[in-house]
Amino acid sequence: MSDIQTWALVFVAVTFALYIGIAWRSRVKETKGFFVAEQNIPAVANGAAVAADWMSAASFISMAGLIAFLGSDGSIYLMGWTGGYVLLALLLAPYLRKWGKFTVPEFVGDRFSETVRSVSALVAIIVSFTYVVGQMAGGGIVFSRFLQVEQGAGVAIAAAVIFAYAVFGGMKGITWTQVAQYTVMIVAYLIPAWAVAHTMTGFPVPQISFGEILAELNQISAEFGMPAYTEAFTARPQLDVFLVTLSLMIGTAGLPHVIIRFYTTKTVRGARYSALWALVFIGLLYTTAPAVGAFTKLNLLQGVQGAAVDALPSWVQNWMMTGLVTVGDGVETIGTVSNDPTSGADLIINNDILVLASPEIAGLPAPIVGLVAAGGLAAAMSTAAGLLLVISSSASHDLYFRYVDHNASESRRLLVSRIAMGIAVLVAIYFGINPPAFVAQVVAFAFGLAASTFFPILLLGIFWKRASAAGAVSGMLAGLVFTATYMIYTLPVFGTAANDHIMGISPEGIGAVGAVVNLVVTVIVSLATKPPSHEIQEMVENIRYPAATRRTETSA
Amino acid sequence: MADTNASPPGGAPPSDGGGAALPGNGWRKEYWKKNLRLMVALLIVWFAVSFGAGILFVEQLNEIVIGGFPLGFWFAQQGSIYTFILLILIYALRMDRLDDEYGVSERNDDGSRS
Repeated sequence: MSDIQTWALVFVAVTFALYIGIAWRSRVKETKGFFVAEQNIPAVANGAAVAADWMSAASFISMAGLIAFLGSDGSIYLMGWTGGYVLLALLLAPYLRKWGKFTVPEFVGDRFSETVRSVSALVAIIVSFTYVVGQMAGGGIVFSRFLQVEQGAGVAIAAAVIFAYAVFGGMKGITWTQVAQYTVMIVAYLIPAWAVAHTMTGFPVPQISFGEILAELNQISAEFGMPAYTEAFTARPQLDVFLVTLSLMIGTAGLPHVIIRFYTTKTVRGARYSALWALVFIGLLYTTAPAVGAFTKLNLLQGVQGAAVDALPSWVQNWMMTGLVTVGDGVETIGTVSNDPTSGADLIINNDILVLASPEIAGLPAPIVGLVAAGGLAAAMSTAAGLLLVISSSASHDLYFRYVDHNASESRRLLVSRIAMGIAVLVAIYFGINPPAFVAQVVAFAFGLAASTFFPILLLGIFWKRASAAGAVSGMLAGLVFTATYMIYTLPVFGTAANDHIMGISPEGIGAVGAVVNLVVTVIVSLATKPPSHEIQEMVENIRYPAATRRTETSA
Repeated sequence: MADTNASPPGGAPPSDGGGAALPGNGWRKEYWKKNLRLMVALLIVWFAVSFGAGILFVEQLNEIVIGGFPLGFWFAQQGSIYTFILLILIYALRMDRLDDEYGVSERNDDGSRS
């Protein structure tokens, strides 16, 4: 066993023991604990939990590499996956917290109708499942790369730990393990990033120092025949960059596993500050990622430029063994580099390599590499747990108890919710080991669907009293059908052919258009139908004011 | 928690009463209007730094280079994120003040912030 493997094993074992310890301490006895952590989570802790919930295996492992190869257009992920928190903080979180129940479908059920609730519950389950499969597979990949454990066994081990804290602790267990997981992943991300920045520029704050190397990076990119790194719209047309960014923002604000985290705070004020802390914690990683991307890309290009294949830097040769770096057939010296396996470039680099190999590039010792493995697992597991909770609560709270078992007692509800969680974990293990071929493409579905279904009706439900149940049903279905149709039209999923993008709009960007379709249809149908009842309008009025009763003695 | 109180919102006697048709509810409209005004102002900045500086005018701004960063590129990969954090901070602080001003902040029974 190599040094790296030993250290990876140590860190993974220690962090797993920590998660299970936390799970044991936060067992719950009531559905309020299981679904919303007793609404007792302090804002800073909730912010860290949101950050861990939100940042997936892809954010941790793949994003820096993706940005490195997209250059300036990688901004779509940076702005798209942070800007949504402004929308959440200002438009949704405080009001949904004031209304304060268990799930997102439950809110639209109270605000609109039971039909909307059922449709929402189904969409929430589909969105969360497409997402969780990727997390499970991501966890398995970390296991197989760092610990030489077979991918299937890796998925099963990670899932068993998630099972322990999610089934017994529900939202409470998930929240406190996510706080620990955030800490593990941010430390694992920042140490190599600071070290790389220091090695390359002498100044350890990557956010500032990567400016120094941009000119050099532009120049070497040109020598490799790539577009300048800082030049905009080389990977996607401007309209598409605009729409993808918008789709990711409103998709973020509409994703049920993110929204429900805001139900767990003590107060409306707590929900606002949770959003603030969440974005501070997320921003720490998201402002570092583009620097890691730029540094490692420059390092990589300088290391391999004109190099003979048998004289490549040692870390390149190490990672060639994992198949993440491949050299084209018959290539003797490296002239071209790409992250696309079909590009025919001399050297093909997987996106994930830039983060995974960054400690080695910076010449850091084996323990740090082990820490990165634990960080990647923390990122995958924290997101998976949050998604599994949405699946469990939608299936039990929003569907099963309403259609099958109306009069279930509290203890029975808790039991059924736990069983639903257990089944969800098992299904996720199965698909994590046997990922459907179209899984990479369906992640686009998750954002597009959340953007085009949930966000518009939540927004109108809160800010427009006139929005009616008929309007919301029609809007949601219109947004859903429009977005799904375009995605199936442009992506080769379910055996369909991939057609050309209309006006250069990619399937990742169509969610924003779908959201507008949803909004317009909801408004038109609402105006053409009966206004909501007096009670519902009163409910919408009440969620606007944080306190239940006005304190006149303190008023201005 | 503040919502242990049983009486409905707005039920308290008005000291700064609104219109005659909705006695005691004038403050609600005022509070909501101020909330919306703050929200719209912050969202304009949100749009300007991300979609404006980072996408629509990125090429023009890239002509200016500061600390090695072309400015448009910096907004797209760094500046917009810092601004987003600042926007939420301003929102949370201003809403605390607004809630206090209109007596709708969440308080424990002893009057401390809950």
